[in-house]
Amino acid sequence: MGNKQTVFAHEQLEAYQDCTFFTRKEIMRLFYRYQDLAPQLVPLDYTSCPDVKVPYELIGSMPELKDNPFRQRIAQVFSEDGDGHMTLDNFLDMFSVMSEMAPRDLKAYYAFKIYDFNNDGYICAWDLEQTVTKLTRGELSTEEVSLVCEKVLDEADGDHDGRLSLEDFQNMILRAPDFLSTFHIRI
Amino acid sequence: MAQPLNFVLNVPETPEEHSSQEPSPYDENEVHDSFHQLIQEQSQWVAEEGLELQQREPGAGGPKTSGCGQHALPGPEDALAHSAATLRVLASMPSRTIEKRFLLVKELEGLPVAQRNHMLRGMPLGLAEKRCLREETQTPKEKQRGRQGPHGLFPCCGRLRDACVLALHNLGLGLLGGLHALRPWHYALKQIGGQFGSSVLSYFLFLKTLLAFNALLLLPLLAFIVGVQAAFPPPAPPGSVPSFTGLELLTGGGRFTHTVLYYGYYSNSTVSQPCVPPSGGGQCSREADSLPYSMPLAYLFTVGLAFFITCITLVYSMSHSFGESYRVGSTSGVHAVTVFCSWDHKVTQRRASRLQHDNIRTHLKELLAEWQRRRGSQSACGRLRRVAVRGLVWLLSLGTTLGCTVAVYAFSELMIKSPVSVEQEGALLALPVVVCLLNLGAPYLFRCLAALERHDSPVLEVYVAVCRNLILKMVILGILCYHWLGRRVGTLKDQCWENFVGQELYRLMVLDFIFVLLDTLFGELVWRLISEKQLKRREKPEFDIAGNVLELIYGQTLTWLGVLFSPLLPAIQIVKLLLIFYVKKTSLRANCQAPRRPWLASHMSTVFISLLCFPSFLGAAVFLCFAVWRVKPSSTCGPFRSLNSMYEAGKVWVRHLEEAGPRVSWLPWVHRYLVENTFPVYLVSALLLAVIYLHIQVVKGQRRVICLLKEQISNEGEDKVFLINKLHSVYERKERSRAGRTQEAERLTDDPDAW
Repeated sequence: MGNKQTVFAHEQLEAYQDCTFFTRKEIMRLFYRYQDLAPQLVPLDYTSCPDVKVPYELIGSMPELKDNPFRQRIAQVFSEDGDGHMTLDNFLDMFSVMSEMAPRDLKAYYAFKIYDFNNDGYICAWDLEQTVTKLTRGELSTEEVSLVCEKVLDEADGDHDGRLSLEDFQNMILRAPDFLSTFHIRI
Repeated sequence: MAQPLNFVLNVPETPEEHSSQEPSPYDENEVHDSFHQLIQEQSQWVAEEGLELQQREPGAGGPKTSGCGQHALPGPEDALAHSAATLRVLASMPSRTIEKRFLLVKELEGLPVAQRNHMLRGMPLGLAEKRCLREETQTPKEKQRGRQGPHGLFPCCGRLRDACVLALHNLGLGLLGGLHALRPWHYALKQIGGQFGSSVLSYFLFLKTLLAFNALLLLPLLAFIVGVQAAFPPPAPPGSVPSFTGLELLTGGGRFTHTVLYYGYYSNSTVSQPCVPPSGGGQCSREADSLPYSMPLAYLFTVGLAFFITCITLVYSMSHSFGESYRVGSTSGVHAVTVFCSWDHKVTQRRASRLQHDNIRTHLKELLAEWQRRRGSQSACGRLRRVAVRGLVWLLSLGTTLGCTVAVYAFSELMIKSPVSVEQEGALLALPVVVCLLNLGAPYLFRCLAALERHDSPVLEVYVAVCRNLILKMVILGILCYHWLGRRVGTLKDQCWENFVGQELYRLMVLDFIFVLLDTLFGELVWRLISEKQLKRREKPEFDIAGNVLELIYGQTLTWLGVLFSPLLPAIQIVKLLLIFYVKKTSLRANCQAPRRPWLASHMSTVFISLLCFPSFLGAAVFLCFAVWRVKPSSTCGPFRSLNSMYEAGKVWVRHLEEAGPRVSWLPWVHRYLVENTFPVYLVSALLLAVIYLHIQVVKGQRRVICLLKEQISNEGEDKVFLINKLHSVYERKERSRAGRTQEAERLTDDPDAW
């Protein structure tokens, strides 16, 4: 069952299977999707673990991501150096976390990092404004945006320090039943 | 960035740390304590310095020393205006999840493989890191096993056991992979989710769930009843077999009457034995010559078993769904939830994506408007008016329901009074047509009535609409059940009333399907054409999720009601569901758009499954129990034709077992003392109530704990800010006093004669 592939060594595929939520078949399918993004760049033989990064522009043009307003942040969070250029490991990691088998805590952790635009470990008011602007494509007025951010901070900030820490975010997200179904990309 | 945040800590090589154990989350107390100490020291030191300064410069009040005199601490309103230094201190405070890498590795090594993989997958680390961890924590035995790969299946005999385990492991993985590949409609569902979002997708997922339930129901029925009877057919009834006309597909009668489709076909003895049952007894006595397969028992137990399995599966999936979607205290925080959870990442098409943007924008605007409106005064008059309008609309809806019920009852009485001859079987379709028309028309009326009232939240609107439609459908089904078991049994004394009920249910199902098709055609396609051509609107009609789901639940209720009388009804339901899937999918893509109002998709899934369990399955189970225990089966057909009730077949068998001897005497004992006795029922109910009460109390306790913890977090936040500000002010004073002293020193060096 799937033993004929020559892309990965057997231990590599086992390792991928143990460390992500995908089965072997799905990993191969994802690899071919990755390879399709940049056929000249990505070799068909990964047994020697080549150091190949697909640039962000190609990742962001995938049909699953191209209409997502957070695609740049998602790619940045999962990429090696935070610039959006992804290796195969990053690619698999991204879709593994966004798959439906990933547990809530893991998704909440990465969602926090995605919404933390300035990467300071907290979601401050500026991050919130960025999020709301991206969500509404800039069609809300500035005072509406700041009003929404204020209400969000009111509701979610537990220790009243003016920004959301990871614990605040997790506490709020884990109470939202919809989170699992919306933070999910099917591939 | 795939940095492992908070997972790797560079512990500084300070001398105090060498002896103690690794820092634990409780160390934050120590940090707080050391903070406290630090502040105390600094305050003392500065107080001494301040006194000194005051002694040396008694006259120079001014800004240098004013800081000492005034211990003005910033009040809570200044808490938010942190300086850069405060922020730095806040940011560098140790977080609660301090762990060292080798602690992690040690922990992972001690776990079995499956658990270790489970933990690895759930860790928020990059994939490369996870692979490194996996390498480090693998035992050499596993490494060797892994290195062998799938081709190492023929090692020397010493490792034969390992090889077998590996082969089984691969087989299991292969099966799992195959199952995943067989996932039906994976691509279709992905397209639907991508174009319309999670809420419309939940309808199709519910349809898939129903298919699974029907398949589960059908398997035991096929195996133990239908298959056996089809292999050993009973003797043909007297009279000619009617020829096949197309009408049978609609009415279910005619050629289909004497087939495995209906209850009347099944023999009431052990199979392959054309036996004339002796009066008063239930089974043929010549058992030695035939297979010991008693059809009445098989029928009763298989239907019971199928229902029991369905019940367990339903309750399990309902509790699982409830566990996923219900959280204690989950009703607050609607703005935060909208901002963070409302973007559906599954949506992949440009147009759908724009629609989502619009929906979220509208929702946020509505929330803001709602908040501002609530801040304004709420007049008592307005509230009274709203309550009156809502009451009126409910009254009208319930009145409509009552009207429909009376109509169905009157029509059914009319059908009894004017019996239908064999040639006019088409007239039998009249009652199902009336029922289906009412089921189709009344929801539109409810929708018009609902436009009058205005609810605060769109979700509540949907719940109210679902409630009203559900009441209507269940009441109509209730009237029909009474009509069948109460009236028809009496009027069809010498004929096979079970066949009749089975046929009625068949007709209801088929006509329901036809009306669903018609509704899809007119409700969606024609409405879209009209709105585009005549009204010149670019908007397509919305996909009515609640209405469609209720249709599915109604169809499933019909199946469950009819299983006892027509064992192949689940197969017909499966075919119907498959056709509905493709029809709805095509109509959706062509004619509809996603609903405007944001939907709580996972809440709705829970609601759908609960509705499937409570009114639907429970009602069918009650109907089944009543039919099995209380109604006398007809004497001319079916497996229970000479008994007083269907349940008696079981009792007869138990008596038979008692006579059979002491080896199986525990079964009659169980029957007499646990099933027929009422005391165990009371005991079990009391236990169940106690468990429910316990869980309610636990949830109440958890809610209280959550409130207390929230308060504690809030207080700790204030404490933190207070301490930081105090430290900051102490530091500032120190700086000022130092600056003051250096200035003093400079003045002294400039002018040594000042003293």
